[in-house]
Amino acid sequence: MIMITKATSTIVMVLVLGVCLGSAQIDNSGAKKDGSIYAELGKVPKKAMARRNPLEGDPEAVAAGEKLFAMHCAECHGDTAEGGRKGPSLRADQVQQATPGTLFWILTNGVVRRGMPVWSKLPEPQRWQIVSYLKSLVPAGSGGAQAGSVLR
Amino acid sequence: MAARLRKMWATNKHNTPIQRLAVYVLLFAALFIRRAAAQESPYIVTYDHYLEEPGNLEIEYFSTFGTQRGGNDFHAFWTEFEYGATAWWTTEFYLDGQSTFNDSTVFTGFRWENRFRLLQLEHFINPVLYIEYEQKNGADKILKEVEGHDVESDYAERNASLRKELNHELELKLLLSKTFKGWNLAVNPLAGKNLSPSHPWEFGYAVGASRPLALKAAANRCNFCRENFIAGVEMYGGLGDAHSFGLYDTSHYLAPAVAWNLPSGWTLRLSPGFGLNDNSRRFLLRCGISHEFSGFGSRIRRLFGGRP
Repeated sequence: MIMITKATSTIVMVLVLGVCLGSAQIDNSGAKKDGSIYAELGKVPKKAMARRNPLEGDPEAVAAGEKLFAMHCAECHGDTAEGGRKGPSLRADQVQQATPGTLFWILTNGVVRRGMPVWSKLPEPQRWQIVSYLKSLVPAGSGGAQAGSVLR
Repeated sequence: MAARLRKMWATNKHNTPIQRLAVYVLLFAALFIRRAAAQESPYIVTYDHYLEEPGNLEIEYFSTFGTQRGGNDFHAFWTEFEYGATAWWTTEFYLDGQSTFNDSTVFTGFRWENRFRLLQLEHFINPVLYIEYEQKNGADKILKEVEGHDVESDYAERNASLRKELNHELELKLLLSKTFKGWNLAVNPLAGKNLSPSHPWEFGYAVGASRPLALKAAANRCNFCRENFIAGVEMYGGLGDAHSFGLYDTSHYLAPAVAWNLPSGWTLRLSPGFGLNDNSRRFLLRCGISHEFSGFGSRIRRLFGGRP
């Protein structure tokens, strides 16, 4: 019979917290905003890259995508997708030049080892709505305002 | 049952430490930590393969009202702290308790749960390994899982008698889940072992299916949009133990469930459960409230002088 005292339980909990935070630290360092993070875009299967956005040209999709981005993505990628504490800028040329299918695949599968979770829990139409919003953004450095501005 | 529930709420003016803790922590977190929008499944027993987002903390409080033939009905509850350590690892800490009508309110134990995503990419079926350590006494009635030969009659005794039994248990689950055209299907076979050598491995299962009421999001931010509601059903029960595997002397439940994910980060869940055989409780009513907070890990690191 294993006997665990209150003190032992406390020590275990502190250790767990330490390990968790330490791991999270590793994850964050892996998501530095260097160019290598965008190399993930090149690893997308060709068939997935070629997929077309079924909501292309739907103005409501951009507005809904902006809402979904604010709810689920802005925490890491910044309120206007310019990049945040944990996630890279999605206005970078590499992202803006990627096909909709590429962005959809990354959104679906995440980049787990670099800290981006899978987002397949969002139904497929909602993921395409987010892709529509991302493709509506003005690339970094072009000086223009973003196209989707329903919420802000 | 409804009259008993009203009586329970009316007499529960002195909330338990677990309930008070949940309220204090929720208030603290709501004041100091940025909230995150959740997209939670309606399941209460079944797990899908989605983990907590890295660095986010979700605080959850769940209640289960249950009937008891040959004894007193009860209200069991747990508070849950779920932290996304990485994109492939989620760790959770639970504090459990219960109030049995016309008896007493007791703390029943704690659990430490870990879930590990085994594959990096999405596949046809996505496996997640679940490992949990439980230290609980015999009065535990939260029914977070049903395993082995767990049957209703085991809990007919009074709390003073039930809580004398102290258990240390290890529980392993393989969480298999798939989302297709908005439908999530999840199957969780489980094996549990009381760490006392005389106890055999016990087995159980949970299966669930769920779907949002709308697959496309509305363009405006709204509380009552159909995509915020996810409806589903889950079924769970025991499969005997290593000495007598099978359905004999086991209990099983079928429970429709609904989750309401609010844009403010709150999630509400409701699930009435129905016993499927004579060994099962006739009725369980479960409800839960949770809130997800982003950036918890980096705030704690900053608190101790670390890099955000």
